[in-house]
Amino acid sequence: MVFARLQAGLKRTRNRIQHAMRRLSGDRSTADTLDALEEVLYTADVGPISAELLTQAEAELKAGRLARPGEMEGWLRERLLQTIQGPDAGDPLPLAQQAPTVVLVVGVNGAGKTTSIAKLVKWLQDRKLQVLVAAADTYRAAAVEQLTIWCERLGADLIKSQHGADPAAVAHDGVEAALARGADVLVVDTAGRLHTQKNLMAELEKIARVLGRKLDGAPHHTLLVLDATTGQNAIQQARLFGQRVPLSGVILSKLDGTAKGGAVISVGREIGLPVSFVGLGESLDDFAVFQPAEFVDALFDPVDHATAP
Amino acid sequence: MLENLQKSLTTALERFRGPRALSEKEVQEGLRDVRRALLEADVHFQVAKQFTEGVRDKLLGGERLKGVSGSQQAVHAFHQELVALMHSDEPALPKNPGHPMVLLMAGLQGAGKTTTAAKLALWLRKRQNRKVLLAACDLQRPAAVDQLVTLGRQLEIDVHAETPGERGVDPVSVARRALAKAKDGHYDAVIIDSAGRLHIDEELMGEIQAVCGAVKPDATYLVLDSMTGQDAVESARSFSEHLDLHGVILTKIDGDARGGAALSVRQVTGKPLAFLGTGETPADLEEFQAERVASRILDMGDVVGLVEKAQEAVDEEAQVEDYMRLMQGRFTMEDLLSQFKMMRKMGSMKKLLGMLPGAGKMSGLLDQVDDREFSRVEAIILSMTPKERLHPELIDGSRRKRISRGAGVEVADVNRLYKSYQQMQKQMKSMGKMLTGGRSKKRMLKQLNQKGRLPGMPGFPGLS
Ligand SMILES: Nc1nc2c(ncn2[C@@H]2O[C@H](COP(=O)(O)OP(=O)(O)OP(=O)(O)O)[C@@H](O)[C@H]2O)c(=O)[nH]1
Ligand SMILES: [Mg+2]
Repeated sequence: MVFARLQAGLKRTRNRIQHAMRRLSGDRSTADTLDALEEVLYTADVGPISAELLTQAEAELKAGRLARPGEMEGWLRERLLQTIQGPDAGDPLPLAQQAPTVVLVVGVNGAGKTTSIAKLVKWLQDRKLQVLVAAADTYRAAAVEQLTIWCERLGADLIKSQHGADPAAVAHDGVEAALARGADVLVVDTAGRLHTQKNLMAELEKIARVLGRKLDGAPHHTLLVLDATTGQNAIQQARLFGQRVPLSGVILSKLDGTAKGGAVISVGREIGLPVSFVGLGESLDDFAVFQPAEFVDALFDPVDHATAP
Repeated sequence: MLENLQKSLTTALERFRGPRALSEKEVQEGLRDVRRALLEADVHFQVAKQFTEGVRDKLLGGERLKGVSGSQQAVHAFHQELVALMHSDEPALPKNPGHPMVLLMAGLQGAGKTTTAAKLALWLRKRQNRKVLLAACDLQRPAAVDQLVTLGRQLEIDVHAETPGERGVDPVSVARRALAKAKDGHYDAVIIDSAGRLHIDEELMGEIQAVCGAVKPDATYLVLDSMTGQDAVESARSFSEHLDLHGVILTKIDGDARGGAALSVRQVTGKPLAFLGTGETPADLEEFQAERVASRILDMGDVVGLVEKAQEAVDEEAQVEDYMRLMQGRFTMEDLLSQFKMMRKMGSMKKLLGMLPGAGKMSGLLDQVDDREFSRVEAIILSMTPKERLHPELIDGSRRKRISRGAGVEVADVNRLYKSYQQMQKQMKSMGKMLTGGRSKKRMLKQLNQKGRLPGMPGFPGLS
């Protein structure tokens, strides 16, 4: 089960957090409890919202509440769950009225876009959808070759052009081919770019515009790939990418490491962007729909859920 | 690069301003804000804690300095702590490498190892004139080998590559064969790219240990994404437990990440930051300098070293004047010398390199000179007569011989310097008009202040 894998990944470094959580649930002074809470939140990359939660927790404690063992922990979970957003009605990728549904995938260099696309294609194929991929990263050396290898493994058609070609043109050809071949979904890979690079961000805008011109409503989904190891910069990434292309969700990659990905909590809070999928490894099946409750549990729960009924 | 860290720290340090000495309560509250600022800049929790505690002890425990305000004292304490945290005497490259020198890149997936390997190869060739072989040992990620081969072709740097999936093609064997090839082909350095791996993946960590065992790298670098959060410490610690790391290369700092990972990793692994990746093109690699970064983080206008600041302004004006003159093609050996002197004073050539248009591109002098070569170049120029310095075209064969004797170098060294000088003069002249575009000195100065750089070549962003 995917959740078990997620648990296993998170477990390894949960020691520190567990330690802090134990301090949280024990019979402790206010100052101690707040210290432990601070450590839990910040070590998980939860970020700016932490200061606010700490103030609230302090007020609760001063009013004589949440002092019993376990109460603070439950309260914290509750508060985080209120903040974090999963896919609406559990469907991370509702299809467009009329095929093809166009999915644009964006993110900073090395975030895991191409690999996530391969996994997403697999996920869609498992749902008996016919998927076409467009290789609009014409910039990075061997990016097209990388996607080609994945598509061969997946048995998915790939629309590509030569290195250095206009990525918007590839996106355009992708839509055309998807229409001609009656594909259900078109997934467009893009070159990694830092959100601070104005010209490359403008290029992204152009890709989205060309997609929209070719097909009404396209791209229907624009997914931002965030690396779970990313710290507070994730918020800036979500903000600046979102200013150029309206984002519909996040793919949180590399959750199989020791990083907790807590930054998406602040992303949800500050940008209002939900998490759609999580990446849990380097193979095609290491992919799952995001589950907020499981995520928060895996983040903070010292009890090993994998062994629970 | 670290602007945001700087900004949040500055805000937090506001508390410490004002002429009074600080009460204990004020110090405590101020420090809590500073700690939060550090945390929100991705400094690791434990590191932030230690850091602020160190400062607290200095502020509360130490004697109150006479004639120094609370704010000045606080800033001084922060600066000391920061420098202590970042500083290292270890050079970016290994001190006594074998021949060929073997460098290994290690790190998590997507950190930027392949790009960095290529950048480092270019850096070694340009700065140290070394013949470099790249070894493609990432056999994991689809087309990673192709990526390195393509980069090698672009940069005209040889790559040892084998086909992943074929019999006998595994990272250890490929690395071994690359090393053998480097020995046979008289290469000066081999740079080994490796697959991205999780620090908790014992099997893959074992594999990279085996690579180390087989080729005995002179330096293993941990390549770390500057956008990494709290996990930076976790992974860096584990990598340094498995491998004998020489240093850390921090990538993607041209973004707006706060860079707290840099502070933390330095602290936790005890390994210095060796290089910085400053952009996507192969030339975007810099040597790391702790003092500069520490000062930069704490560079808070009126608080830190007003004198230094004033001095800087004077220097800047002089820089602009020189720049304008150079752009008009009036470039002499004196200029070259004063450039070098200024670089030495600034402790870095990088800023200047960034300001000299196209300098990064030229295979000319400024590129290859590193701080070690500095004295040699200086000696050569100082061995010229003042007239020769102002009119380098006078320097013929017999003068070169004399100069080389005076400087204690080979004639070839003088020839090389002269050739680079010529190249540079030519470049300056042709680019001068285009770049200054008739701008006045005043406007250039304003631009330098606003952007921290003078206009550079397209595609070569100035280094800020
Ligand atoms: N452990 C782990 N590794 C991942 C995951 N997703 C991607 N990776 C790895 O991260 C590295 C970068 O992935 P890519 O898919 O090439 O990233 P990208 O965003 O397309 O990169 P650029 O196109 O170069 O910007 C590769 O080595 C992937 O195998 C994940 O969920 N877990
Ligand atoms: Mg990619």
